[in-house]
Amino acid sequence: MKYMMFVCTDSEPETALQAPDIEEWVAGNDAAGRRVLGSQLAEPSAATTVRVRGGELLLTDGPFAETKEVIVGFDILECADLDEAIEVARAHPMSWAGRVELRPFVD
Amino acid sequence: MSTEARAVAAASRDAYARIVATLIRLTGDWSLAEDCAQDAIESALRRWPRDGVPANPGGWLMTAARNRAVDQLRRAATAGRKLRDLALLREAEPAPEGDDRLRLIFTCCHPALAPESRVALTLRTVAGVPTADVARLFLVSESAMTRRLTRAKSKIAQSRIPYRAPSGPALAERLPGVLAVLYLLFTHGYDAGGELDAADEAIHLARLLAELMPAEPEVSALLALCLLQHSRRAARRDAAGELVTLDRQDRSRWDHAAIAEAVGLLAGRPVTGAYAIQAHIAACHATAPDFASTDWSTLAGWYDQLARIHPSPVVAVNRAVAHGYAYGPAAGLDLLAGAGDAVAGYAPAVAARAQLAARAGDPVTAAALFRRAAGIAASEGERRALMRRAAETEAGVAASGARRAGAQIGGAASGPDRVETEAGVAASGPRRAGAEAVG
Repeated sequence: MKYMMFVCTDSEPETALQAPDIEEWVAGNDAAGRRVLGSQLAEPSAATTVRVRGGELLLTDGPFAETKEVIVGFDILECADLDEAIEVARAHPMSWAGRVELRPFVD
Repeated sequence: MSTEARAVAAASRDAYARIVATLIRLTGDWSLAEDCAQDAIESALRRWPRDGVPANPGGWLMTAARNRAVDQLRRAATAGRKLRDLALLREAEPAPEGDDRLRLIFTCCHPALAPESRVALTLRTVAGVPTADVARLFLVSESAMTRRLTRAKSKIAQSRIPYRAPSGPALAERLPGVLAVLYLLFTHGYDAGGELDAADEAIHLARLLAELMPAEPEVSALLALCLLQHSRRAARRDAAGELVTLDRQDRSRWDHAAIAEAVGLLAGRPVTGAYAIQAHIAACHATAPDFASTDWSTLAGWYDQLARIHPSPVVAVNRAVAHGYAYGPAAGLDLLAGAGDAVAGYAPAVAARAQLAARAGDPVTAAALFRRAAGIAASEGERRALMRRAAETEAGVAASGARRAGAQIGGAASGPDRVETEAGVAASGPRRAGAEAVG
């Protein structure tokens, strides 16, 4: 079962003193084969939003909405079930300092 | 209702969760499991009057439901996809690791589901309550409830919420959520006026959980708490439907068998959490021969503990009232003053101050406070009761019997989900004020 894990934060991230270490999180889940792929993303200002309306391509500079919280990274997880994915997410520092959304793949 | 119909009702109540839970484990298909359980009950209603009630009604229902599932899957299997499920269903009953019903309860109460969905799904799937009745309980249309249940089941499937009861540290994390669902359902019972008694269902589920998890003290404590509160149901309202407060209830109308069962559940078990403390508080009231003989100093001690682990305005007010009875009105007033902002603007706190002032021999202050409490009361019934208390206090009723009059403030308690407390003031269930409901 694949889960997309969106790593989100406020534009001014909270500081979380006891948050786990990101390097350890990546290394541990890579070694366990639970992290299929993942990356930090560039600033929202570097985003381009793509829409096609009435056959016409519309490009917008920036993310799709003006939101205070932005997606700053993602990871694709391979987990047996939601409980395992939650355990992986709770060990990610950004679930301490921001928030993390788990979305199952439809496949 | 015929003997056979009663037998069907009793057997399906006992067996429904086991059937659904087993079929979900074997097929992973929630709708199939529920449909087949329902079909088995319907077929019992047709056949038992003709063939007689079988020796093992629950086993009969389970077999009928499994056969029904095999039929349905056989049809689906022509497409080839359901062969695995069919094979599972046909083989002899595999020994389940842990109990299927426990998995079902924990899955329905998974924290990734919306809280209101957890309660509804538990009622529908574990207790087998028809969707129409669940909808009535939540005051939504049947179609809205069907959508909510469908959404919850599809979230379970799509997100792959595991079908299991957690173990180890995860159990400690998840169990409070399960208990909260059951207690929420119980307090909901105070609102329900329909055919479905949510409080009875909650007790049924708590009993099931206590059977399945005999080693968890908070589980049996929750069952005890529900039994104790529910033991007063016959005495809680007068003929006109008005709430009768604890001090004025006819104790001979309490359900003393339920009280004895609850006291037995609490005996010799460690007090490990808020449900156990609340159950001991309720037991203290339930076992007092009359209001005057209530062991107020023991109660005050339990409230001290509850306030430490589970502080809330409701607990603060009840604690102050208990101390007021145990150690005199001044002690209660001191505690209320100490609670400060936490209870400011909270009608039951003001009413409790009024009651303590009346008992301290200051009817003028008491009457003014009753009026102030009435001004901020949450409901019209409560407001009326408080105005009445103000008038009685002014008329000197309070002065003629200070202790008793003090207790009468309980008249302020109204609203169907409120549980009587020391003062009868508005202790509520978890929906209103956290997880405490006392008395």
